[in-house]
Amino acid sequence: MSDIAIQGGHEVIGVNRIEGPIIVVENAGTVGYDEVVEIIDSQGQTRVGRVLEVGDEMVVVEVFAGTTGLSIDGTRVRFLGGPFHIAVSEEMLGRVFDSLGNPLDNGPEPLADHYADINGMPINPTARVYPRDYIQTGISTIDGMNTLVRGQKLPLFSGAGLPHDQIATQIVRQATLGTPAGESSRRSEEFAIVFAAMGVSHDVAAHFREAFIEGGALTRVAMFMNLADDPPVERLVTPRSALSLAEYLAFERQMHVLVILTDMTNYCEALRQISNIRGEVPSRKGYPGYLYSDLSSIYERAGRIKSSHGSITQIPILTMPNDDITHPVPDLTGYITEGQIVVDRNLNHQGIYPPIAVLPSLSRLMKDGIGEGHTRDDHSHISSQVYAAYAHVQDVRALSSVIGEEELYSVDKQYLKFGRSFEQKFVNQAATENRSIEQTLELGWDLVSMLPQEELTRVSLDEIKQHYRVEEKDEHGQE
Amino acid sequence: MEQIGKITWISGPVVRARGSRQVNMLDLVEVGEEHLVGEIIGLEGDTITIQVYEETSRMRPGAPVFTTGLPLSVELGPGLLRSIFDGVQRPLPAIEMRQGAFIRRGVQIPPLDREDRWTFTPRLEAGVDVKGGDILGTVQETAALEHRIMVPPNLEGKLTWIAPEKKFTIEEPIARVKKDHREQELSMLQHWPVRQPRPYRSRGGNAEPLITGQRVMDTFFPLAKGGAAAIPGGFGSGKTVAQHSIAKWADAQVIVYIGCGERGNEMTEVLQEFPHLIDPRSDRPLMERTVLIANTSNMPVAAREASIYTGITIAEYYRDMGYHVALMADSTSRWAEALREISGRLEEMPAEEGYPAYLAARLAEFYERAGAVETLNGKNGSISVIGAVSPAGGDFSEPVTQHTKRFIRTFWALDKSLASARHYPSVNWLDSYSEYLEDVANWWHAQVGQNWFEMRKQAMEILTEENRLSQIVKLVGPDVLPDEQRLVLETARLLREGFLQQSAYDAVDAFSTVQKQIRMLGLILQFHQKAGRIIKLGAPISVIHNLPVVNDLIRMKTAAPNDDLSKLDTIQNEINVQIEQLEAEYL
Repeated sequence: MSDIAIQGGHEVIGVNRIEGPIIVVENAGTVGYDEVVEIIDSQGQTRVGRVLEVGDEMVVVEVFAGTTGLSIDGTRVRFLGGPFHIAVSEEMLGRVFDSLGNPLDNGPEPLADHYADINGMPINPTARVYPRDYIQTGISTIDGMNTLVRGQKLPLFSGAGLPHDQIATQIVRQATLGTPAGESSRRSEEFAIVFAAMGVSHDVAAHFREAFIEGGALTRVAMFMNLADDPPVERLVTPRSALSLAEYLAFERQMHVLVILTDMTNYCEALRQISNIRGEVPSRKGYPGYLYSDLSSIYERAGRIKSSHGSITQIPILTMPNDDITHPVPDLTGYITEGQIVVDRNLNHQGIYPPIAVLPSLSRLMKDGIGEGHTRDDHSHISSQVYAAYAHVQDVRALSSVIGEEELYSVDKQYLKFGRSFEQKFVNQAATENRSIEQTLELGWDLVSMLPQEELTRVSLDEIKQHYRVEEKDEHGQE
Repeated sequence: MEQIGKITWISGPVVRARGSRQVNMLDLVEVGEEHLVGEIIGLEGDTITIQVYEETSRMRPGAPVFTTGLPLSVELGPGLLRSIFDGVQRPLPAIEMRQGAFIRRGVQIPPLDREDRWTFTPRLEAGVDVKGGDILGTVQETAALEHRIMVPPNLEGKLTWIAPEKKFTIEEPIARVKKDHREQELSMLQHWPVRQPRPYRSRGGNAEPLITGQRVMDTFFPLAKGGAAAIPGGFGSGKTVAQHSIAKWADAQVIVYIGCGERGNEMTEVLQEFPHLIDPRSDRPLMERTVLIANTSNMPVAAREASIYTGITIAEYYRDMGYHVALMADSTSRWAEALREISGRLEEMPAEEGYPAYLAARLAEFYERAGAVETLNGKNGSISVIGAVSPAGGDFSEPVTQHTKRFIRTFWALDKSLASARHYPSVNWLDSYSEYLEDVANWWHAQVGQNWFEMRKQAMEILTEENRLSQIVKLVGPDVLPDEQRLVLETARLLREGFLQQSAYDAVDAFSTVQKQIRMLGLILQFHQKAGRIIKLGAPISVIHNLPVVNDLIRMKTAAPNDDLSKLDTIQNEINVQIEQLEAEYL
């Protein structure tokens, strides 16, 4: 199905109104909703746009590259007769493109196997395969506590100045298809990586590029770049172009694709800007009422389908303005994605890397990707136990900051100790440290063994018998 | 199909056309050469405003608009159960067969299969007078449910012919009804407009609880059959898992599950899991009593708006047969957002947070379609509605949560801090409430145990007291509390970890019968009372805390399967023995 309609079209000379990135053309003839438009300024330069609204007499067009230099009479508008398509092919891996799929690396235009509508189409829920194969990232807080599954969309919720980029590159470097604990890892199935940068700085883009080179991954990465000084309107297209390629690779070429989208907050800002110019009724914080639907049209393009072995796993990164998780961007994202990994400023200040706050983090698909046959039979219980214990640590810390550590129950003192060790030994790891799932689970047992057995109500008695470290108890357990 | 006009304006799912002044509000239309389905939502002079249930890209002004002359309706008849539809009742498996993994637009497939043959067993004989709701005959739709073919609500007359017991497709005639010399042929397939509630004879009270198998819901905050409940909670607080658990274990005969603007994978999970899970009551796969409506977040937003009505109309149809139906809508907030999005495109004046001013009215219309009724044929049926609410930022003061609270009577407030400690279901016992307590008390007392109301009250007192005491503990530490009060903290811990927490993924714990629930609660309260006596004798709280039976009480939920509660007898015995020993020590 390569129904490309980008040929001919009809042209109109002169526009009637220009406002921000929006132009209004009257008497344009028959134009379809969502059609692609080429705008040619008086210098003969071409830029691309899209029809936002169409009526009998007028057409509203958003211009991706902005309207600087356009004039009322000197602008020619060519309507191309169909929605936006990009050429996709396997040879796009290893290349760098702008939002619209034009090469930025001085290489030739890639040969197109197929033209894909960048808006994609919703996956029929009956055609999906429920994701169950876990991805071993080598990061304990993810593998042990918030396991990532192939076909999942799991965002990093971060803040300005936090090492979310390092975490993302570490995941890219270390991600392999997981095997049950103790079994040697299968021939490491490599992921193809589609990277979309939206409004990030040159430095951030360079960081990713270097990390891909270092990891030897550059030949299997396709990068779509819309940097901070590129036109914001183009940002609305970047993730869609990237995901169109990812869908092609995953569902036509049977590849496992990891998609990194950064930074979704910039994307939402651009959406707000356009909505604002169009005079739409805003909902929270000026964002349009359809922000949820719009975001879901990006995030829902992850998953697996019955007719292909491939998968799309999404790791969107977003910076929470003012570290506020209730801000509309993280809030609506959290309602669509299958969990979230929260990067925490306090842990970062303490010098802990990766500073992942496990309590507000969550992986919704974890439950079906772990346990016997996937990781290890006790995984679900031990992670729940660590969660419960660490949640209690927070209460104890609050209490001890009021009454002092000395006044605490002895068991609560053990909890405090557990909390510190958890952060130092479990959360904290080197940026190059790649822990196996077994190491992570054993580490979990080492830690909970610092607590008396009676406190461990989330694990079964059999599991305690099998894994609880009795030696530890003699050392720390009894006073 | 008649052409009524031409398109003049397009913005996303909202399309305007100019043409006929003879069309009706809410009539179904088909738009453009591709015949995309839509609904008339506004008329002004000869301008017709339409919301389209499919993606409108590439549509052009000047394209034709057709009408069916009928309002948006659902097809009702055998074959609904085990189905999965989109928001306007298109069958998703058939769409997959025809189009592959992705949903393209312009597909027209009837919701119910026209080829399937069902064995119709007549219940009436020709010659009798019939009226709306009367049961003409039955079809065994699934092993779990007998489908009752009824006379459509607005029809009455003399039954002139009825088919013998035989297999029919849903379109073949199975009866004829004559009134005033006009004879009408009936088949097993009927239609009903989704925005119009189906009629019933009278509304009844809510005397029986809807048992969900979830202890915190059944014992603490019960929902009555025919009642309405809301589950509000921020993301990650476990709304969907709670809804799934209810869909799995609720003692309703039919489940309608609406995935309204939520994740695709969640619907896939239900689709893959329900055919394998066995309903503990009918011993049949859960799918045999389930109708799924899936309009995921990336499917067209106007169809999301319709999905709620599609679901509740199907629920009403089964209610009218005399069944207890439970309907889950996950999530009503996404539905409200669809209203907001369409309202915005229509440039209506917004009220709070951009929502249209008619939000409350629409919510009320929806929740009021819940209820226990006497049906037109004199049977008792009910619809219990459980709506998930996804408040922005987890803040319950936002408009959808606040308006919903006015129309529901059971409020299961999910709590993010409980969820992050992995306390599930994260129903906060201090913020939740049920107004059905008194209504269902008689049922509990007659069916389960004489003192349910009293026990529940005691347990709630302990939990409320714990909250008050923990405020003090936070300020000055636990040591200042007298041992009686520290016992309250200890018992509250037993209630929280041993009773309220329930694992949806544990084979034994996922579902508790009411008998098990009341026994468990009874044991904890007994322990509390007996331990209180020992403390009065001067025993310190630490000896109580260290009793081995404390651990048994916390683990009893997984140790005692529903069909063998003997483990609870053992624990009962242990409480007696261990406390007696202590008593002997301190007396």
